[in-house]
Amino acid sequence: MKAEKGRIYIAAFAVIFAAVFILSFAIGKYPVAPGELLRVLFGKITGAAKTWTDEAELVIFRIRMPRLLAGAMIGAGLSTAGAAYQGLFRNPLVSPDVLGASAGAGFGAAVAIYLGLGYTLISTAAFVCGIAAVATAYLVSAKARRSQTLGMVLAGIMISSLFSSGTSFIKLIADPNNTLPSITFWLMGSISSVREDRLIWAAVPILGGMLVLIALRWKLNILTTGEDEARSMGINTKLMRAVVVCAATLITSASVAISGLIGWVGLVIPHFARMLVGYDYRVMMPVSMLMGASFMVLVDDLARSLTTVEIPLGILTAFVGAPFFLYLILDRGRRV
Amino acid sequence: MTLEVKDLRFSYKDNRVLKGVDLSAGAGQCVFVLGENGAGKTTLFRCLLGLLAGYTGEIHIDGTDAANMSSREIARKIAYIPQAHTPVFNYTVFETVLMGTNVLTAGLRTPGKLERETTEQMLEQMNIPHLGERGFAEISGGEQQLALIARALAQKSRILIMDEPTANLDYGNQFRVMRHIRQLARDGYLVILSTHNPEHALLYSDMVLVLKEGKAMVYGEPGKILNQDLIKSVYGISVELQTVRAPWGDVPVFIPHVE
Repeated sequence: MKAEKGRIYIAAFAVIFAAVFILSFAIGKYPVAPGELLRVLFGKITGAAKTWTDEAELVIFRIRMPRLLAGAMIGAGLSTAGAAYQGLFRNPLVSPDVLGASAGAGFGAAVAIYLGLGYTLISTAAFVCGIAAVATAYLVSAKARRSQTLGMVLAGIMISSLFSSGTSFIKLIADPNNTLPSITFWLMGSISSVREDRLIWAAVPILGGMLVLIALRWKLNILTTGEDEARSMGINTKLMRAVVVCAATLITSASVAISGLIGWVGLVIPHFARMLVGYDYRVMMPVSMLMGASFMVLVDDLARSLTTVEIPLGILTAFVGAPFFLYLILDRGRRV
Repeated sequence: MTLEVKDLRFSYKDNRVLKGVDLSAGAGQCVFVLGENGAGKTTLFRCLLGLLAGYTGEIHIDGTDAANMSSREIARKIAYIPQAHTPVFNYTVFETVLMGTNVLTAGLRTPGKLERETTEQMLEQMNIPHLGERGFAEISGGEQQLALIARALAQKSRILIMDEPTANLDYGNQFRVMRHIRQLARDGYLVILSTHNPEHALLYSDMVLVLKEGKAMVYGEPGKILNQDLIKSVYGISVELQTVRAPWGDVPVFIPHVE
């Protein structure tokens, strides 16, 4: 793809994201119209006289803004991590939790909820366990004799099922009247309770990881040619694998830590991006990021407006993800 | 620009694959590596490319010991052209060739105008500029091989290593690709390639290295070493070496013994 064309795509998706973000303020229990939102934001920045209600300000800054930012950040982060992993593992059906980040984080959270810890400690436990799961898978696979990437995926699957059964055990022994429902609900994923302090806490690993992956976007293209070819083109594959896994794990663990398990986004969004703009990571990666952010904000709009109770995000993303996955299988089957 | 290999040995665990290979070649040469499957051709190439650590013996590239070079430094000297294959992600031919410029850009820089121009030049040189925006998976095997050669040229390394460049190609494409390869040697590249077709070695090589069971059996000019006895001992079949007079000159050929 020509460079200018790529820039136009990125700019177009940035505009779409901005529109989705602004319009989403109008969705929810206390809608804020775009005009009012811009008036409040403009007034806050310029320090103009207050022409809006306290209620509007509260909804914008304390309730909706953190939630929308969290959705955008998690959607962008998971999509970027998924795109990077699909290149690293040379497999378009890989998702960011393939090395066990989500299963580990879910287990950490379940233990913390079981022990009756507070929200901050639940998030911390999830984050730490997610990283620990991936670190274990990575260290085991470093001893693999032949293909390191295959070893990593296999070790990741084993570690994931280990942590998943750990989570099941915690659910089994949890009190069915209070801790079990909250574990179950947490695992289904939601960003309804995100507030700005937790948002800032998660922003460091998520944005940091995304920056690293975006910086590596060109090199990721070369990594998809495989170990031998990438090295013969001057890529330090060992170092690059380690950096990509670190960055993606920080993103995934931090996302799960504040939102619970949200599947499908990291798998499906990079596919949509590839279908629209081609394979070159220099364009595909920023587009995945913006699409992921827009998609997550939209799905969260649905989560808080479809019914009177909040629908967990993990359920809604699967509703979109699973049919798409089936379509992919059918499409591939036709071509084979 | 020179490549010197002295008593190269390599083992995968207990399996000794290379048991002493010597090789010496320079600019403008086309070196063919012959040998049956499992003779160590691919292992030799992977050692030369710096992809296998733990070999014994010496590899000198331009007088520098390759053991002291980083993979990036080796990539600046030697480019690798794999067999044409279906890639996992269907990059365009232009993007594929552009990847070759990676060793020329420092750090995390993405390719710019200079690299795009290099890419266009190399597509031009391989006569495939019209394929630039096509997907790599959608072009023919012969075109894929030319695109991979263009990618290696974009790397601006003067030594090219090719793993069976004519395998999986139809009759016409085999010769088209071989002609391009010989032209590269004439342009001053050192080309080292493996093949299962000794006839190509008769026609296009400057030097021939024959590997048998991990050892360099013989290394020399094709006119001096390629004969019935060698083919018999490497491949176990009887052939007759003859020179056929054609309108474009004398052409040496192996005539297989047909019962």
